[in-house]
Order: sequence, then C-alpha cells, then structure tokens
Amino acid sequence: MTFGYMIMLAIYAMLINNVVLMQFLGICPFLGVSKKVGTAVGMGAAVIFVMTLANAITWLIYKLVLFPFKLEFLTTIAFILVIASLVQFVEIFMKKMMPPLYQSLGIYLPLITTNCAILGAAILAIQKDYTFFESIIYAVATSVGFVIAIVLFASLRERLEFARIPTIFQGAAISLITASILSMAFMGFAGLVKM
Amino acid sequence: MSTKNSIGTVLTEGLWRSNPVLILLLGMCPTLGVTSSAINGIGMGLATTFVLIMSNLVVSAMRGIIPKKMRIPCFIVIIASFVTIVEMLTQAFTPALYKALGVFIPLIVVNCIVLGRSEAFAYKNSVFRSLLDGIGMGIGFTLALGIMGTIREILGNGSILGNPLFGEHFSPMLIMIMPPGAFLTLGYLLGLANYINRMRARKGA
Repeated sequence: MTFGYMIMLAIYAMLINNVVLMQFLGICPFLGVSKKVGTAVGMGAAVIFVMTLANAITWLIYKLVLFPFKLEFLTTIAFILVIASLVQFVEIFMKKMMPPLYQSLGIYLPLITTNCAILGAAILAIQKDYTFFESIIYAVATSVGFVIAIVLFASLRERLEFARIPTIFQGAAISLITASILSMAFMGFAGLVKM
Repeated sequence: MSTKNSIGTVLTEGLWRSNPVLILLLGMCPTLGVTSSAINGIGMGLATTFVLIMSNLVVSAMRGIIPKKMRIPCFIVIIASFVTIVEMLTQAFTPALYKALGVFIPLIVVNCIVLGRSEAFAYKNSVFRSLLDGIGMGIGFTLALGIMGTIREILGNGSILGNPLFGEHFSPMLIMIMPPGAFLTLGYLLGLANYINRMRARKGA
C-alpha cells in the first residue's frame, strides 16, 4: 500500500463519501448534539476515539473468529455486543486512568453505543474487504469527516438562533433544510479522488 | 403511556399522534438513507416493522425474567437476533432489495425506534398490547418512509414505483434522489406535519 493510496482513501472517506451528509449514518447525534460548537467538538472527539478502537477490534474478531469458523451470519450480533461492551470498558478505563478526559468526554460516551455510524463503519470496512491497516485509516478518516460535518453544522445552527424563521419550520425542520444545503456543498468534493 | 389507553388507541398511536419519524424524530438514518425510491422506502419500513413486532413480542413475554439492570443488553441481543433473521430472509428472497438497502439492514439494530418501543412500551405491557403497539408503530414508520420515497421518486426520477409518469420530455430534478434531496424532503415534511398539527389544535380549541 503506497502513501498516495492512503491519502486517497482518507480523502474519500472524509469528504467525498462523508459519513453524515452523504451516507446518512449518525444522524441522531448530528441533529441532537449540534446546538453548540463546544458540545459538537466533544461528541466528535469521542466518536474519533471509539470508532477507531471499534473498527480495529471488530476487524480482528471478524477475521480471526467469525470468518475461520464460518459464522459470518453472526456479524451483526457480535459487532453490536462488542461495540456496546467496548464503550462500557472505555468509560470505566477513562474514569480510572484519565479523569480530565473523562470529564470532558464522559457524557457523550454512552450515547455512542446507539450511534449507527460506529456500527456502520465497522460493517462497511468488512464489506469492502479492507486490510487491517486500511480499516484503521478508514475509521479515522470517517470519524474526522463526522467531526467536520457536525462542527460546521453546529456553527450554522448557532447563527440560526438569531434568524427569524416561520413558526412551522422552527426546530428540526429548518435544521434539516440547512443540512441539505450543507450536503449540496459537500457534493462539490465529488471527483476530487477516483476510487 | 398509561395502561388506561384502549386497545384501539394503542394501535393507532403510531400512525399519526406519535408517528416515529414525523413527530418523535426517531430512526432518521434509514428515513434519509434508503428513500431514493418508493419501493426501497416501503421495503425498509416492512423489514423494520417485522423486527419491531417480533422484538416487542419477545421482550414483553420475557419481561418477568429480564432483570431491570440488565435490560438494555438483553433488548439488544433480542433485537439483533431478529435483525439477523430479516437480513437472511431479504438476502434469500429479495436480493435486489437487499442490495439496495445495503448496510441499513444490519443497522436496524441501532434504530432508536425498536429499542425505544422495547424500553418504553413492551417492557411494561402485556404481550397482546405490545403486539398492537409494534404493528401501529411499524405501519407509521412504513407510511412515513413510503411518503418520503414517493415524493423523492416522483420529483427526482419522474416515476412512481418504477412506472414513468410524465412521458419522455420531463427532465427530472436529479438532486432529489441524491443526498441533499433527502434532507430537503424530510425538512419540508416535518414543516407540513407541524402545520397540520397546529391546524388541528386550532380547530380543537
């Protein structure tokens, strides 16, 4: 694997095939935790951390346990259990070993178990038959893409607070229309890299 | 949700008053992700309905055995088993749909509606009521996805369920079947739902 290929894979996962705006994974935190830029950054950091770990572990489980024993049909059950327990484990570990980090990320960690971007990225990496190293790069780039999208969206929503919006569009409706325009902007990245 | 609700109310609750997508804003990922055509939306809705009904049934049947502190992991295992069943069934009988829905079938596991109904309804109610709740919520979800899919297919592809509507001189708005169209359609649908609810509230007052 060349360095150029790594960069291309990263750009592809980060911008062109952005996890939120192009693949619609992780919409719940994208709409729910994007009222302020600060919380959006916190959530984003937690996602980067968990997604990278989860992709590494689920890849190993698939290639070392599920695939050799012909248990591929258990992928969904195995992955969701691994991710749920991983999140719990990370939470306990951080509380004990890194209290300051836990203070800042703690509240977002339990939310991540039901974040479909984590499970989605793990399953997609298996479906696309990535090697271990590619899978890690894919996870890092995807989660960075998530952070880019959620931070941009949070900044837009902070501006939206001051806008006068027709009452029926207040709340989620105008947020989705904003997300649509953001998604159009991200379509401009298509063609940056051919994969 | 109190146990006083009549059986009819339990069934119709999910259709409009607590429609999972349009009112409760749950399960947004598949709503946006698979509704590029009406048939995909309805297919996804039916798959989710099956998981919803079966997991509601099993959770409420086992609600005496599942300890309170361990309930979420138990729910997830139950739901994941039914999702695996759906995954294998769609792969075997409707391979085209399986391909179109892609990663969103395994992702039914983390669909907030399914876990939400187990936690909020099935864990506290009898088997029969949970069955009705599953059916109602599932139909509400399918309905919302079907509407989304139909609107996007008509505008973006000029067809409905694959049948061309406008003849060959119609040039479709491609943007509607691409990702931005999904956000846009759902945004306007939510606005419409708000409008209808306000009108009904005004009439009632």
